[in-house]
Amino acid sequence: MSLPPNKIPTGPIDKAWTDRKFSMKLVNPANRRKYTVIVVGSGLAGASAAASLGELGYNVHCFCFQDSPRRAHSIAAQGGINAAKNYQNDGDSVYRLFYDTVKGGDFRAREANVYRLAEVSVNIIDQAVAQGVPFAREYGGLLANRSFGGAQVSRTFYARGQTGQQLLLGAYSALERQIAKGTVKMHPRTEMLDLVVVDGRARGIVVRDLTTGAISSYVADAVCLGTGGYGNAFYLSTNAKGCNVTAAWRASKRGAYFANPCFTQIHPTCIPVAGSYQSKLTLMSESLRNDGRVWVPKDPANCGKHPSEIAEADRDYYLERKYPSFGNLSPRDIASRAAKEACDDGRGVGPMVEGVRRGVYLDFADAIQRIGKAAVAEKYGNLFEMYQRITGEDPYEVPMRMYPAVHYTMGGLWVDYQLQSTIPGLFVIGEANFSDHGANRLGASALMQGLADGYFVLPFTLADYLAGVKPDGMATTHSAFRAVEGEVVAKNDKLLSIRGKRTVDSFHRELGLLMWDKCGMARTEEGLDEALQRIPALREEFWQNVTVSGSGAELNQSLEKAGRVADFLEFGEVMCLDARTRAESCGGHFRTEFQDEGEAKRNDAEYSHVSAWQYTGVGNAPVLHKEALEFNYVHPVTRSYK
Amino acid sequence: MRLTLHIWRQKAPTARGGKGDFEKYEVNDVSEHMSFLEMLDVLNERLETEGKDPIAFEHDCREGICGSCGFVINGSAHGPVPRTTVCQLHMRSFKDGDELVLEPWRARAFPILRDLIVDRSSFDRIIQAGGYVSTNTGSAPEANSVPVTKDSADRAMDAAACIGCGACVAMCPNASASLFTAAKVAHLNLLPQGQPERLIRTEKMVLQMDAEGFGHCTNHGDCSAVCPKGISVINIAQMNREYIEATLFSSPREGDTGDGA
Ligand SMILES: Cc1cc2nc3c(=O)[nH]c(=O)nc-3n(C[C@H](O)[C@H](O)[C@H](O)COP(=O)(O)OP(=O)(O)OC[C@H]3O[C@@H](n4cnc5c(N)ncnc54)[C@H](O)[C@@H]3O)c2cc1C
Ligand code: FES
Repeated sequence: MSLPPNKIPTGPIDKAWTDRKFSMKLVNPANRRKYTVIVVGSGLAGASAAASLGELGYNVHCFCFQDSPRRAHSIAAQGGINAAKNYQNDGDSVYRLFYDTVKGGDFRAREANVYRLAEVSVNIIDQAVAQGVPFAREYGGLLANRSFGGAQVSRTFYARGQTGQQLLLGAYSALERQIAKGTVKMHPRTEMLDLVVVDGRARGIVVRDLTTGAISSYVADAVCLGTGGYGNAFYLSTNAKGCNVTAAWRASKRGAYFANPCFTQIHPTCIPVAGSYQSKLTLMSESLRNDGRVWVPKDPANCGKHPSEIAEADRDYYLERKYPSFGNLSPRDIASRAAKEACDDGRGVGPMVEGVRRGVYLDFADAIQRIGKAAVAEKYGNLFEMYQRITGEDPYEVPMRMYPAVHYTMGGLWVDYQLQSTIPGLFVIGEANFSDHGANRLGASALMQGLADGYFVLPFTLADYLAGVKPDGMATTHSAFRAVEGEVVAKNDKLLSIRGKRTVDSFHRELGLLMWDKCGMARTEEGLDEALQRIPALREEFWQNVTVSGSGAELNQSLEKAGRVADFLEFGEVMCLDARTRAESCGGHFRTEFQDEGEAKRNDAEYSHVSAWQYTGVGNAPVLHKEALEFNYVHPVTRSYK
Repeated sequence: MRLTLHIWRQKAPTARGGKGDFEKYEVNDVSEHMSFLEMLDVLNERLETEGKDPIAFEHDCREGICGSCGFVINGSAHGPVPRTTVCQLHMRSFKDGDELVLEPWRARAFPILRDLIVDRSSFDRIIQAGGYVSTNTGSAPEANSVPVTKDSADRAMDAAACIGCGACVAMCPNASASLFTAAKVAHLNLLPQGQPERLIRTEKMVLQMDAEGFGHCTNHGDCSAVCPKGISVINIAQMNREYIEATLFSSPREGDTGDGA
């Protein structure tokens, strides 16, 4: 099947969403409770969607694998959320946020989607404040803002270093209110293991109760995935340990196309790896770059010295040097690559791990001198504490050490403007879809997108779909559900029966290292070819030699992990294939062959498109479908932050 | 360094009659840079290669923010370092030869599911009772139309920093959930947006806390001392005052104060 139409409205972009909202069908309030909707995920996207749909009167089932919806990975977001409020009178507008996001995404996102995102951004802040989200305020009682990378205006709203936590608790409280009212039934500790498609429509899911191990099904009139990103394909990332691609990938195996899987974001400021037992990487908020200065020694000979022994003249503030107008606030992809270059150059700092020093300094000495230690503590105190807890070093005295790490995935299931995937009735929201960030996401815009999708887009577009289908009383006894349940049980049984010699984690680590080396910050055709050889071999070994203890009929964390890693072992191959096929550099996708002295060299003539991959079987080459991108407002130029 | 661990192992949930006991494990080659959970990861990988069941413990973000992790180490919730969740605890806080006892939160309202994992769904039900502002999506006024004093916003944020881990309950001699409940009450009641439902919220949340089988607060203060986010006990005093006010001036109704759905 070729790609369905993307349903982008025609006509002026600033009217597009308003016109579309008017032309979409509605579901009569009295009929809404006759429709059942499944929302998988309780992060910003899933919780906001489930709560809003419950308020509207639909019969909603919401699922998450954590013990409470409040623990979804969105809780960890630190820095902030963008909105085009222009409260600072510094020239911001919906159009500027739209412009910055399209440019920041290196011209690989859809203009119409991004415009809608910028447009509803202002409503998100209103909604969150009404829920009691305690955003930072000025002394006059009004909302405070800060600036974030890739923007020259101050449009980021924040709640100390815990913006994601506070926004999620807002959405979670709205969700809990609906649970109390009975419009939403919450299923925590429940993992979606497959999608059920009947007569070409998404009609339900098969899940495993993570406490009892019971496999069962849920039927619905539509299914919505808000299951987050797949950064853990790299094993080490800033994502929570449970983040996975399982829901999205298994939906993909049922016919949903996967778009731009190779577009992953590497965040420049994370605490460097300390040893082989490392289980995850910790992000230090981008907001630190407002006051911290990034540097490495000019001379590799100085790298082993204590930073205080390196004279000012012997330091290279490479971001300020290379990108004078954005300096330390250069976008993430650019700042990450510059850090890698410095370390590859032998100028990295910190302890040797496997023979290389992988770290750069983020130095607050100047800021402490300029505004005082107390002011620095007021702004970043909790982040400094976190750093010290992990590294045992005091950033007020010694510069922080930072290195890039996998952070976010721009790729995701392909959706049209209505957020519907290639399977009718399957909607995808938040980080799990691909639609708004192109090849690079600007800071503070993922929270914005998740909440935009859940609060202000899906409730309209889902109604438009539901208005066209009739509730038909289908039950889980339907043969399609029985069949998929059988496959899920068989897969788990197989995992439990291998009883090999290697742990699930050891496979995950090996895959992650391979992905990081070959499909990470810099990619080459040769490296990707090698990865495409090695992943299938690793997958084969996994299915012969993995050990998963315990049984399926109990709380079994090894089994949960095994299923997720099995999916990464299939999906990683598609990531590499996508990276191999896209013979250009854009945003976070840097192909070493395509550059201008270290800067990404886009090829608009051949690659100004979305790559949507159709699954055709494990180990079989997926089929590539292209959706051409059109730029009628922001003309593609070489992205320059100099 | 080398450590000896005594870990609570329990296969079946308490609710289904499961019983547990301590088992002893020796772990060698522990690096001081490891986090506590990474040390357990290494032990678990060893157990798995030996064909044994790994130790079940809850975790997700490993950044001290999701509230998933938590167990008691030598009598202290989240271990010996103040203001630190167990996922952020590093082995440099221990020394060679230490003997550590690891056990789950113990409270009637937190039944054990397996090993170090307990069921904390009672916390969600306390929130369902009133831990929200009744405002439907789309009905919000312009954000800056209601100024909030910086002091109220800051104090609301101090209370809202609760991660819902349950350490407060685990350390309370009465297994009371007062600190958790009071933090949410304070967060919302301090803000202008929370005023219309201030009393009914307090009353319903307190009643739900009792209904879940949590004990009463008798001012020990252990909750706040072990809270990884340093939530203040002052919130409990404030909640108690508002609860008295509420019982004098309002009576809880079925459903909530918002419009029906
Ligand atoms: C450390 C960190 C800091 C960040 N800081 C910022 C920031 O400052 N600003 C910003 O804009 N963005 C930030 N981001 C990015 C942002 O937090 C995420 O992109 C966003 O929160 C994702 O939200 P989501 O709702 O799409 O998914 P998530 O919050 O990841 O939620 C996924 C949900 O799906 C559920 N789920 C997944 N799979 C299944 C399954 N198979 N079955 C059942 N349930 C399932 C999970 O239980 C969970 O409830 C940050 C990310 C990280 C890692
Ligand atoms: S794992 Fe999230 S707080 Fe510890």
